[in-house]
Amino acid sequence: MTNKESPIGLSRNQMAERAARDIPDGAYVNLGIGMPEMIAQHIPRGREIILHTENGLLGMGPSPEPGKGDSELINAGKRQVTALAGASYFNHADSFAMIRGGHLDLCVLGALEVASNGDLANWSTGDEDAIPAVGGAMDLVSGIRAVYVMTSHCTRSGEPKLVESCTYPLTGIGVVNRIYTDLAIIEVTDEGFKLVELSPGISFDAVVERTAAPLVDGRTETEDE
Amino acid sequence: MIDKRVASPFEAVRTVRDCDTVMIGGFGEAGSPIELIHALVDTGARGLTVVNNNTGSGEVGLAALIKNGQVDKMICSYPRSANSTVFPDLYRAGKIKLELVPQGTLAERIRAGGAGIAAFYTPTAVGTDLEVGKERRDFNGRTYVLEQGLTADVALIKARIADWHGNLIYNKTARNFAPIMATAAKTTVVQAEIVASPGALDPECVVTPGIFVNSVVPVATPAHESALVESGMIYP
Repeated sequence: MTNKESPIGLSRNQMAERAARDIPDGAYVNLGIGMPEMIAQHIPRGREIILHTENGLLGMGPSPEPGKGDSELINAGKRQVTALAGASYFNHADSFAMIRGGHLDLCVLGALEVASNGDLANWSTGDEDAIPAVGGAMDLVSGIRAVYVMTSHCTRSGEPKLVESCTYPLTGIGVVNRIYTDLAIIEVTDEGFKLVELSPGISFDAVVERTAAPLVDGRTETEDE
Repeated sequence: MIDKRVASPFEAVRTVRDCDTVMIGGFGEAGSPIELIHALVDTGARGLTVVNNNTGSGEVGLAALIKNGQVDKMICSYPRSANSTVFPDLYRAGKIKLELVPQGTLAERIRAGGAGIAAFYTPTAVGTDLEVGKERRDFNGRTYVLEQGLTADVALIKARIADWHGNLIYNKTARNFAPIMATAAKTTVVQAEIVASPGALDPECVVTPGIFVNSVVPVATPAHESALVESGMIYP
């Protein structure tokens, strides 16, 4: 039931692995619930990344071994996690001071839509019948200096998620810096979407065709142009 | 002599009056003071406004309080979760009010309330549906919205260890909203697994100083919300 034959891009794990490669050693990072969480499994060897979860833990580790979990040691998705050596616990105001005060280096979030000016919609489909729930999404995008999005390039029905202007309710205005999809890595610039990397086997035209806003090919651009 | 110990959860929460605002600690089940909430169900206090990050799960704890018709309004950031149907059903039926607040703004509103700050400006939610109706102001070229501090009549929170003075230490991510809620309520009621005599806690390690606490109830083996939900328990 797809509108267009979808090209074979990266798997979810490959996307997580690719995004993880761009997270620098020593970074304090918040990973959104869902696909961005998978990045934690792919941090390159030799790098130390401190994961923040907004319910009050810095130094979040992987899921506990079966039977060893603690219902009072959970992440923002309310799943049981572990605390690594050097971890700290803190209250919610301190946790969001880290976010809102600009102390975290990076967050990676999922998206319903990203607009070419960096607007992000990821908290509500605006459905009349839906229960509105925002969590910490609006705080993350307004407070953290680098906001990356990790998402499939199109919806399940083949609609582009990268658009000129969001149709869903906004999470933040002009907040997204970079987008990792199954097909490409795209930066949000003053000139709109700029392609910086294609996934293996994916053509520029294939990405253009599935992006509902102009796309500049940043791979051939020189600084002085 | 200061001794804030109270024998039972019911005795500790019987001060809650109809139409009170009640802050309840917890993020999901972590830190949820189940025994205090169940005691609040037993008091029958109605018309409550409840401040919590979520709306409970199954039909125990906060979800039981809502199901029992005692809550008029929820102030929270994320009112749905995996095992939550009580709030969504009532909300769709128009039988309960919701004030949706971004999670960091919720935490800061509580922190501000507890510190005597009436309102503050934040960039969170600028340009979104959650900004509607709020005052805007620019500072240094950036746009902010005005958010008001939150206070409550009563806070119900859970700690790992308390002493008779109300000094508290928490357990891992069960801490979450509890320390700030303790500052923002006129009366703060704590359930603690261990209640020790003064001097037992290292002052360097106290997280919530006793000045913010009014009563301490020993609950040695608190129930876990997920286990209660799994067992099919319905409270009361």
